[in-house]
Amino acid sequence: MAVATSAAASAPAARITVRDLDMRYGERVIQRDLSFTVRAGEIFVIMGGSGCGKSTLLRHLIGLVRPAQGDVLYDGGSFWTAAPDAREAMMRRFGVLYQSGALWSSLTLAENVALPLGEYTRLTAAEIAELVSLKLALVGLAGFEEFYPSEISGGMRKRAGLARAMALDPDILFFDEPSAGLDPISSRLLDDLILELRDSLGATVVVVTHELASIFAIAGNAVFLDAETKTMIATGSPRDLLEHSPDPKVRRFLTRGASDGETRHG
Amino acid sequence: MTTVAPVASAGLALETSRDGLLLVRLSGPWTTEARRPSGEEIERGLAATPKPRRVAFDARDLETWDSGLLTFLQHVITVAGRHGVEVDREGLPQGVRRLLALATAVPQRQDTGGARQQPSVLARIGTGTLKTSRDAAAMLAFLGEVTLGLARLIVGRARYRRSDLLLILQEVGAQALPIVSLISFLVGVILAYVGAVQLRQFGAQIYVADLVGIGMTREMGAMMAAVIMAGRTGAAFAAQLGTMQVNEEIDALTTLGISPIDFLVLPRMLALAIMMPLLCLYADLLGLLGGMTVGIGMLDLGVVEYYVRTAEAISIADCVAGLVKASTFGILVAVAGCLRGIQCGRSSAAVGAATTSAVVTGIVLIIVSDALTTVIFDLIGL
Repeated sequence: MAVATSAAASAPAARITVRDLDMRYGERVIQRDLSFTVRAGEIFVIMGGSGCGKSTLLRHLIGLVRPAQGDVLYDGGSFWTAAPDAREAMMRRFGVLYQSGALWSSLTLAENVALPLGEYTRLTAAEIAELVSLKLALVGLAGFEEFYPSEISGGMRKRAGLARAMALDPDILFFDEPSAGLDPISSRLLDDLILELRDSLGATVVVVTHELASIFAIAGNAVFLDAETKTMIATGSPRDLLEHSPDPKVRRFLTRGASDGETRHG
Repeated sequence: MTTVAPVASAGLALETSRDGLLLVRLSGPWTTEARRPSGEEIERGLAATPKPRRVAFDARDLETWDSGLLTFLQHVITVAGRHGVEVDREGLPQGVRRLLALATAVPQRQDTGGARQQPSVLARIGTGTLKTSRDAAAMLAFLGEVTLGLARLIVGRARYRRSDLLLILQEVGAQALPIVSLISFLVGVILAYVGAVQLRQFGAQIYVADLVGIGMTREMGAMMAAVIMAGRTGAAFAAQLGTMQVNEEIDALTTLGISPIDFLVLPRMLALAIMMPLLCLYADLLGLLGGMTVGIGMLDLGVVEYYVRTAEAISIADCVAGLVKASTFGILVAVAGCLRGIQCGRSSAAVGAATTSAVVTGIVLIIVSDALTTVIFDLIGL
């Protein structure tokens, strides 16, 4: 539940802590020794080249895949050693925007947003309808309640997916490649929306992306996953990393390969 | 959470001052989980005389808030707008103000009301008729394309992968054996039972062999195998091609200049046309075995006696009639499955609809063509 308190915030607490995480598919190692912290209210970007395991890391964070080793902590509580009930309660605090929206195609937009509300709250149908209109209005889709996902554009589907992700007022929002498949302007508007929602809801946001424009526009902090060494090779604010990262790979990524004239090997 | 806490209540108090200001005091937790006051009080306050000119908020005692407060405020803003009362959002927390601004940034879409109206009966009949004729035209076009594809196949110019064909042959043939065995054995048993009850009254038990033999080879073997394949393979074809349509895989084939008919439909049709007669023969055998089991176990007939009677009863013509039917059914099941798959819309719900439709179309085609071929065989004396 996104509860904004009127009390002045002290130093932001660690909301998500990843501890010595190893990810494997069978025998194949995707990434190992991942340890980082996402603080409350920040926008945290998971970046890296294609195929480095960004989306896989996201799937580990949101509880779809069990880590081969290590753990993910939410507000200091372990996710993977928690009892099933407690784990489900943690998952209810997440909102996830999947890469293509992942709206249920046989339901209207209103039904898509209403489903989690109907499952997890004891609100009346009228209250749910009000909340649904509010969430759709927040993403600029007021009046589209009765449309099916197949009747709207890709960018709208993504925003509708965001409305569904926000249905239960989550305090952590996960975005998987939010700008994939969007034109530069729509993608920029979505970035603005993410910033606006973070500021007004006080939610913590984790974004998987390799879009440099997005990274510099929204990220407070970031982790860089490397496909070759199969581990994280940098953490920090993208601007700092751009200027001060000792690792040429990170600088090359952040400058679209134009940093130090190194030749690509492949 | 495991502790049972009493549901907290959100607080609302209205104060009217002399200069036409309606002050709304919000206190306590304003969350979706808390008990929140309904909008009636605020509606009464706004409709009261003397009419307020301005609504302002005092949120100093507000503890926590979420969407529950936002929906309430939206209601207040709508009602105030209706009464022509100005709303002053200054007293609200900053986050609330920004979210309200965001929610009203894009105006409500207006042109959606009319599109959802239920059309009249006449309009629905008209749309239905147009849709049926379009469907029929699409089916004819598909059959035409398949025929052209077959011609290309015969002259060896159809582009498909041999390995695909072999894989499909295996899927629709060998892998269907267990279910075909079970069903046709039981159909044999059922036929024998139905006959035995009647024939025993006349002491003519031995003719159960005739009944099962002719029934299985001419009719039930082909029919049961075809119905199984419609449910098993026709549905699988539709789901497979439908998903490929959703993922734009079929578009990718088309843009590469590879005909989806050649690449996807022909191997499937060929596989079923080849495998169905074999499955039918197998089903015939298993059905005869089922009949024999009943004959020996229930009617005290001997194995040799039953076998000899069966061999006398059925002729090559019966088997050929069954095999021709089986081949026809195979092609029809493949056509129904592939047609519905290719016609599939671009959503997961459409894949489900395509699969259902493939099975229904398949079974209807099987029964209709069975009736037709039975009449034709009778006319030509097969």
